[in-house]
Amino acid sequence: MTVAVGAGVLADAEVQPDSVQPRPRYPRQKRGRFFWLRMVVAVVATVIVLFPLYWMVVTALSPQSDMYAPGLHLWPQHFTWDNFVTPIERFPVGRWFLNSTVITVAVTAITVVCNLLAGYAFAKFRFPGRSALFLVLLSTMMIPVQAIIVSQFRLSITLGLFGNIWAVIFPESATVFGIFLARQFFVSIPDELLEAARVDGAGQLRTFAQIVLPLCKPLIAVLTLLTVSYEFNAFGWPLVVLFGNEQLYTLPIGMVADLQSEYASDYPAIMAMNLLMIAPMVILFLAFQRYFVQGLARSGIK
Amino acid sequence: MTSADTPVVLAPVTEDLVAGGPERHRRPRASSLARAQAGTAGAFLLPNLVLVVIFLLIPIAMAVYYSFEKMGSLGTAQFLGVNNYLDLFRDSYFWQTLWNTLVFTVFTVPVGMALGLALAVLLNGVLPGRVVYRSIIFVPLVISGVATGVLGAWMFDQYNGFFNKLLAAIGISGPQWQSSGPWAMTSLVIMTLWQRVGFDMLIYLAGLQGVDPQLLEAATVDGASPWQRFRRVTFPLLGPSTFFLLIMNIIYSFQVFDTVWAMTRGGPDYSTTTVVTYTFREAFDEHGPQQLGYGAAIGVVIFLVTMAITVLQWRLSRTRDQAS
Repeated sequence: MTVAVGAGVLADAEVQPDSVQPRPRYPRQKRGRFFWLRMVVAVVATVIVLFPLYWMVVTALSPQSDMYAPGLHLWPQHFTWDNFVTPIERFPVGRWFLNSTVITVAVTAITVVCNLLAGYAFAKFRFPGRSALFLVLLSTMMIPVQAIIVSQFRLSITLGLFGNIWAVIFPESATVFGIFLARQFFVSIPDELLEAARVDGAGQLRTFAQIVLPLCKPLIAVLTLLTVSYEFNAFGWPLVVLFGNEQLYTLPIGMVADLQSEYASDYPAIMAMNLLMIAPMVILFLAFQRYFVQGLARSGIK
Repeated sequence: MTSADTPVVLAPVTEDLVAGGPERHRRPRASSLARAQAGTAGAFLLPNLVLVVIFLLIPIAMAVYYSFEKMGSLGTAQFLGVNNYLDLFRDSYFWQTLWNTLVFTVFTVPVGMALGLALAVLLNGVLPGRVVYRSIIFVPLVISGVATGVLGAWMFDQYNGFFNKLLAAIGISGPQWQSSGPWAMTSLVIMTLWQRVGFDMLIYLAGLQGVDPQLLEAATVDGASPWQRFRRVTFPLLGPSTFFLLIMNIIYSFQVFDTVWAMTRGGPDYSTTTVVTYTFREAFDEHGPQQLGYGAAIGVVIFLVTMAITVLQWRLSRTRDQAS
């Protein structure tokens, strides 16, 4: 949720500044007093943020003996892939990766479809109790997972979901954040357009699917990316409901339930697996950053 | 599905839904159409509503009910009345974890916001490569709390971690990040700041876009120093961003779990166990489900506190809107 709101605002931050603030306002001679100080601070801050990630890579590629020897070396002394190979041979890491992927894809598909439909209803239909329903849904965003974790646990047993990945997928799909994002977007679609479709004889669902949705690619992209990054990293509920069932673990659960105890004194192995775990999200973020940002800019979310 | 000729009802929905809006004015002749619309709306809302009711609303009601019971995973539950809450009130661990949560919040929220603001101001001006700096500072946001905690456990490992090796290299014997409670909390706060500062920066960057450059120029003409311009013009105009961040960060810090569990497991002893971590330790832990009723009671308390923060936010933001 927080990432979502933040990313929404990022749109303004990224898209505008270069055009709003022309470079000539900082003439060369005026750079003097603060320029180098600002430059140094910016570089130092960036290095501080980047360094732990760099250290993760160094550790993952170094033999355990190097990392546990006294003395500090800022780059790998010897290269090795063993830190990746050993845990993958010992634990079903590939399976965890697959579980994470399947759960993420399923939750994202369900969430995006449900939120788009509901957001459209709030934006384009009038019905009794709309404001009240909107408020109730808004307030469910404040329910912390931990407050309902015990009930969800009992419920998943009652519903017969316990013991398979649907026990993760359904509860994780019960989200409302995207509704608000979607409503914002749909409100900006002119009613004349929907009206024209209806005059042509299209039903509500067809209007939605064939006229509205094709206009919403940025919205769909944003909702998808946010849900994917949230769900791939999900921890609290999957931990509770999957614990003890190794074949069903996702990557974060496998990390905490198996790897951390097995490799308590072998951090290179842990860092190698950590690297595998974060890589998809970092790549996704870097690859779609621009599209992500532009999509949000067009949807005018603040 | 039959509302083909109803431009009246389809007027743009621009009023604020939360505020109620002018939809109260019923139009008698639209009532059958309204009913048709309500049916369609219901169909569009149904999938999401079913999920929310089953997996959010029913569980929160169940949580309240369970909190009055003594319940393990096996055997029948036993009705306890308010005993779980009385136990909670007398449970010194609960108070300790509440205190830990407070300490964690007090150190992560203001510091993170100050750093985020400083970085935003820094990277808002023209600076070669600033887009790259920004992207890098955003990256930890997409990294999971578990990955952050695991990485933190290694960076702060008291024997072979990077920090203590760095300190050793300049002749200082590093602190005991794992076996000393306060130092463990410090390392947890640092890693959380590392992950969260990008979010604060991002919101402030957006806020800075809304600051009219002409105002700053006017202040410059009037002889204001850079600090005065920031203090008297920029910072007050960032008020909404600050307010939003304060609430979001407090809720986040209050509910922190994954980073804690991956990094310290709440230890040493209970020194980094936050309230939410305590729920997990009590209700599940490694031994499987145990004190589910008691865990539910803690969960209900967490929910009430979160609601209190949210209502406070709502009321304060309304007051703000009316004032401005």
